[in-house]
Amino acid sequence: MADPRRPNGAVPPVSRRGFLLTLGVTLSSVAAALFAIPVVGFLFSPVRRLARQAWIPLGSLADFPEGETRLAVYRNPFVQPWDGETANVPCWVRRIAGDSFQVFAINCAHLGCPVRWFPESGLFMCPCHGGVYYADGSRASGPPPRGLFEYQHKVERGQLWVRGGELPTLSEPV
Amino acid sequence: MSRSPASSAGRALRAVGAWLEERTGLGAQVGAVATHAVPRNTASWWYVFGSASLVVFVLQVVTGICLATVYTPSANDAWTSLVQLDTEVPLGWFLRALHGWGSNFMVALVLVHMVQVFLFGAFKYPRELTWTVGVFLLLMTLGMAFTGQVLRFDQDAYWGLGIGASIAGRMPLVGSRVVHMLLGGPIIAGATLSRFFALHVFVIPGALLALVGLHLLLVLRLGINEWPMPGRLVDRVTYRQRYEEQVHADGVRFFPDAAQRDVVFAGIVILALVACAAVFGPIGPGGQPDPAIIDTVPAPDFFFLWIYSLFALLPPSVETPLILIGPVVAIGLLFALPFLSGTGEKSWRRRPFAVITVVLLALTMGTLTYLGTFAPWSPVMEAWSALPTPAPYLEDRSPLQIQGALIVQAKQCRNCHALGGEGGRRGPALDSVATRLTRDQLIRQVLQGGGNMPAYGKNLSPSEVTALVAFLETLHPPGQVPARNASATPVGN
Repeated sequence: MADPRRPNGAVPPVSRRGFLLTLGVTLSSVAAALFAIPVVGFLFSPVRRLARQAWIPLGSLADFPEGETRLAVYRNPFVQPWDGETANVPCWVRRIAGDSFQVFAINCAHLGCPVRWFPESGLFMCPCHGGVYYADGSRASGPPPRGLFEYQHKVERGQLWVRGGELPTLSEPV
Repeated sequence: MSRSPASSAGRALRAVGAWLEERTGLGAQVGAVATHAVPRNTASWWYVFGSASLVVFVLQVVTGICLATVYTPSANDAWTSLVQLDTEVPLGWFLRALHGWGSNFMVALVLVHMVQVFLFGAFKYPRELTWTVGVFLLLMTLGMAFTGQVLRFDQDAYWGLGIGASIAGRMPLVGSRVVHMLLGGPIIAGATLSRFFALHVFVIPGALLALVGLHLLLVLRLGINEWPMPGRLVDRVTYRQRYEEQVHADGVRFFPDAAQRDVVFAGIVILALVACAAVFGPIGPGGQPDPAIIDTVPAPDFFFLWIYSLFALLPPSVETPLILIGPVVAIGLLFALPFLSGTGEKSWRRRPFAVITVVLLALTMGTLTYLGTFAPWSPVMEAWSALPTPAPYLEDRSPLQIQGALIVQAKQCRNCHALGGEGGRRGPALDSVATRLTRDQLIRQVLQGGGNMPAYGKNLSPSEVTALVAFLETLHPPGQVPARNASATPVGN
């Protein structure tokens, strides 16, 4: 329909209302996107790879008799005051002889339950789904797809140190 | 003329009501919705489970808000605040009990409601979206149950999180990132509890409220599913008109004609919930969430026991793909159902496959849940030191055989093998082992293991093996001969 004020049929110019709406939608979209960036970044911040492992002393060598496997507990090196008891991380220390150690994560390789050491039979047993491991951490029976997770460790200044701070899982076996 | 105080109070109330109604108009709208016509045959006891779920959900919101006034969502204090709720805060134990049992009631009611909707064909045209929203509501109800179990920050919660992280850690490529997302960091800590708190009290309830609203809106807009008549097929062209005709010809008011059963059932459910809370009390908390206390046997809450069983019973070789793909397929099927079977027969009498599916699923999940309550696959960690050797197995035995009985205890054999009905059930009971295995087979089995048994070769001296096998050879019922090596004594010799 021809505009009586524009008898030549020229393209009608953008009306003021249409312009404001376009401007408003564009502006709000940009603003929403800018707003969303920090929100999404905040929510996904735990995914970012930070150096989340540190060397922690487990105790003096004298605490670990040769030929025995003992429970040791360390505090999470990245502890927050409100973490409470959850910052206690247990692990099994096997002193084979001299400076030769194996340090196993407490978590079963199947689904992470705490395995228990039975020195009489030389086995680690898991209370959840029945995973069993030999003294050297290798899988003996049950559903675990691999042996126990082993921490990196070193002997320094008469102390046994482990590199910890992360929950061991199949995709990140310490 | 004097008026009685009661009638003047009544007049005042009516005046307030009229004043509000003039401004809000809500009364007329609510009245119209409440008394809308529904098919007469929906006034049935089979149609009460949805409203009961809603009632329990509202109660959960109420008790949840109460608990949030005391509960402290900090890993350092959560457990202590729960113990304080149970022991010191007046009626704290009862509110915790109502909330915990309310959770069980809600999961149960939502499941029953879903089975009823499935068997009555209510997911078919035009109610596909109602079903889809309902599946979301089911997932969120289960999400509330799981996150609620985490907020009950005890040993089961701690190790339950470890299990969740271990499952996530099995994902290829993104595993560790998903674990960090789930835990709020590389390890279970304060940040983990904080994010589960946010999920349990803000994210999931908010979404639940919105979707419950949508679910109800759809029910009102599309009408309550009529009682399915065998042979009366759903057709996209004719269905809505026929439904309108049925409501018109043979309808009743939703309130009070149809809804009176809902009201009665809701009352029964609330009474049962209060009774459970009063009799059984609050659920947990169990031991304090100190991972250094490793003498613990973590187990999930009732409605997740079947998954716990599945993890123990799946063959290890297919476990990871099944854990990761299984839920996607199962949830995908639930969502796809109304689009795969959106028309046709509604009545369960003419849908044998639907009935068999429900029966099989119920049997499977029921069996797995039952097994989960006593977990026969788990070693009984204290059996070796806590359970005595049955006395009859020690009578008339030689010193060597008795020495062997001692080794059965001391080497934790009974953690997996029962004697006299007591002990682990991971391996076969040993009461009649001598009828199954010869002396040579016993020695081989003990030393080399196999068939899910660890090899004991390194942890038994030759003399211990001799004693152990001497004892095991005596374990056969009286009158039943022990197994023998047939090739050692050929026929005719």
